[in-house]
Amino acid sequence: MIEFRDVTFVHQTGKTALRDVSLKVEKAEMLAVVGENGAGKTTLVKHVNGLLKPTKGTVLVDGEDTRLKSTAELSRKVGIAFQNPDHQLFSESVEAETTFALKNFGFSRELIDQRLNWALQFFGLDEYRNSSPLALSGGEKKRLTLACILAWDPEVVILDEPTVGQDAIQKEKLSGIIKMLRSTGKTTIIVSHDVEFIWPLQPRLVVMSQGRIVADGPAHTLMGDEKLLEGARVMQPQLVKLYQRLRRRPDSPFASVNDARMWITGPVGVG
Amino acid sequence: MGEIVRVENLSFRYPEAAKFAVRDFELTIKGGEIVMLAGPSGCGKSTLLRTVNGLIPHMYTGEYLGSVSVGDHKVSEARMSELAQTVGLLFQNPENQIFMFSVERDIAFGLENLAVPPDEIRARVDEAMRQLGITDLAQRAPHELSDGQKQRVALAGVIVMRPRLIILDEPTSLLDPKTAVELVELVRRLRDETGITFLIVEHRLELLVRIADRLVVMSEGKKVLDGRPEEILADERAEAYGISIPPVSRLRNQLKRDGLPLENGFGPDELAEELNRQALKR
Ligand SMILES: Nc1ncnc2c1ncn2[C@@H]1O[C@H](COP(=O)(O)OP(=O)(O)OP(=O)(O)O)[C@@H](O)[C@H]1O
Ligand SMILES: Nc1ncnc2c1ncn2[C@@H]1O[C@H](COP(=O)(O)OP(=O)(O)O)[C@@H](O)[C@H]1O
Ligand SMILES: [Mg+2]
Ligand SMILES: [Mg+2]
Repeated sequence: MIEFRDVTFVHQTGKTALRDVSLKVEKAEMLAVVGENGAGKTTLVKHVNGLLKPTKGTVLVDGEDTRLKSTAELSRKVGIAFQNPDHQLFSESVEAETTFALKNFGFSRELIDQRLNWALQFFGLDEYRNSSPLALSGGEKKRLTLACILAWDPEVVILDEPTVGQDAIQKEKLSGIIKMLRSTGKTTIIVSHDVEFIWPLQPRLVVMSQGRIVADGPAHTLMGDEKLLEGARVMQPQLVKLYQRLRRRPDSPFASVNDARMWITGPVGVG
Repeated sequence: MGEIVRVENLSFRYPEAAKFAVRDFELTIKGGEIVMLAGPSGCGKSTLLRTVNGLIPHMYTGEYLGSVSVGDHKVSEARMSELAQTVGLLFQNPENQIFMFSVERDIAFGLENLAVPPDEIRARVDEAMRQLGITDLAQRAPHELSDGQKQRVALAGVIVMRPRLIILDEPTSLLDPKTAVELVELVRRLRDETGITFLIVEHRLELLVRIADRLVVMSEGKKVLDGRPEEILADERAEAYGISIPPVSRLRNQLKRDGLPLENGFGPDELAEELNRQALKR
């Protein structure tokens, strides 16, 4: 449902940020994008809601060329929580911020209230309902951007560095909601440097470097390839590194700490 | 070395906020220490940092109780310009501190204000850009960079000043993993070579625990734990406070509880080595 065909993007300054990128993301897929600072990850996802249009090549969303669509039209389908929350938050209160898009899309008052209450409670923002978004901590601002997107329930959810400023409990909740999105058939794209967060989700992984996609495959395979990751300045998750260092059963990456523990203390392990 | 930061019985409430963001806080930091501060989102970390560099109470109003001293200055009485010579702060959002037309001008800005000789500025700016791996961005406009590149520029602008105390608010949050590791090495080197003291807020504990002398955990405005990083990571209360215990440290804790005799190391390499050694013994 999302397709990049030989997309090149050159910024006004002359800086080329995407080079001949081709990518196909099916409905209900979960994609994670990793790569060095400046690799082109944010530039890539901004093409999906038409905020950026390709300099060369084509981006199709549900078969329609994004060049022929306005960002407003595409936004009904594609929700992006931006990397920097300050670029997204502009309302006078947390409540107004969360309901802004819902009102714009003409949701009923009842539905708006329901979604608002759910989103603020889920992200631990209820106590700030009437506060200005500017008076939130960095991590709270980030969660507000996530709440705004998820409240309107778009078909495609794009999260650019969603774990910035989040503690263990918030990350766990976020991970839960991403799994729920997958099981309800939404397409999810997560851009993140946080490999410890991404890896247990076992997404399809796209590795970018210098404007190109240098690898595309299941996370559990690509995360095992230290060389490949290093080329894009990405590190292996701790548990992957551990099991490779143990040099046993290289076929079975641990999906969680518990898996690893079972294996180590279990019959085939060292314990 | 003597102490450089002393926070005594500090409480602060933002205007119109229902709760105090920082409550009854006590903290002393010795010169040359690397102190890491962790805690749940919204627990008051950035607020505490602002009370140390003077943004609170000089730029933010609110209810302020207790006292904070940095070096010979009492923060509430010193002028911001005096404090700025002793303390450098990296903001959580790099966009709040980069504003010049080119990366190198931006990094030079603070030194120019102190009337440092141009040759020295050139040399120090070049060194800082090298340290952060942004030499090739020197002529670019900061607002046209990726967010991680912006964070590196802001970091260079803080480090180039070489203040006695450097405060970093989630400095690796936008950095790619390799750059994050390199930053940690840089912090260690600056401390070892120049004796700079660091106070660093960070959620990715696995990065900093290797070099930090202390890990302070905060919850709901209060200090709840303060000790050697390896002690805190092995402390069951830490997880209950919502801090992200790195996966390998969690595994190590669980294996120890299962009765495996393990030491107090940190990363995957150390644990793998210990486990392989134990397996050979059997
Ligand atoms: N507004 C802009 N004008 C000109 N060049 C830009 C602009 N924004 C980004 N760039 C450049 O485009 C390239 C890709 O940037 P992008 O923001 O997509 O990187 P990223 O992979 O998201 O990096 P990060 O991990 O730091 O967020 C970089 O070289 C960057 O400097
Ligand atoms: N400028 C401000 N005005 C009012 N309240 C604020 C402001 N900044 C932060 N807060 C509130 O103070 C508390 C602590 O915030 P902060 O110190 O930024 O947390 P942390 O850095 O630990 O995530 C939070 O409840 C937050 O909403
Ligand atoms: Mg980006
Ligand atoms: Mg903060």
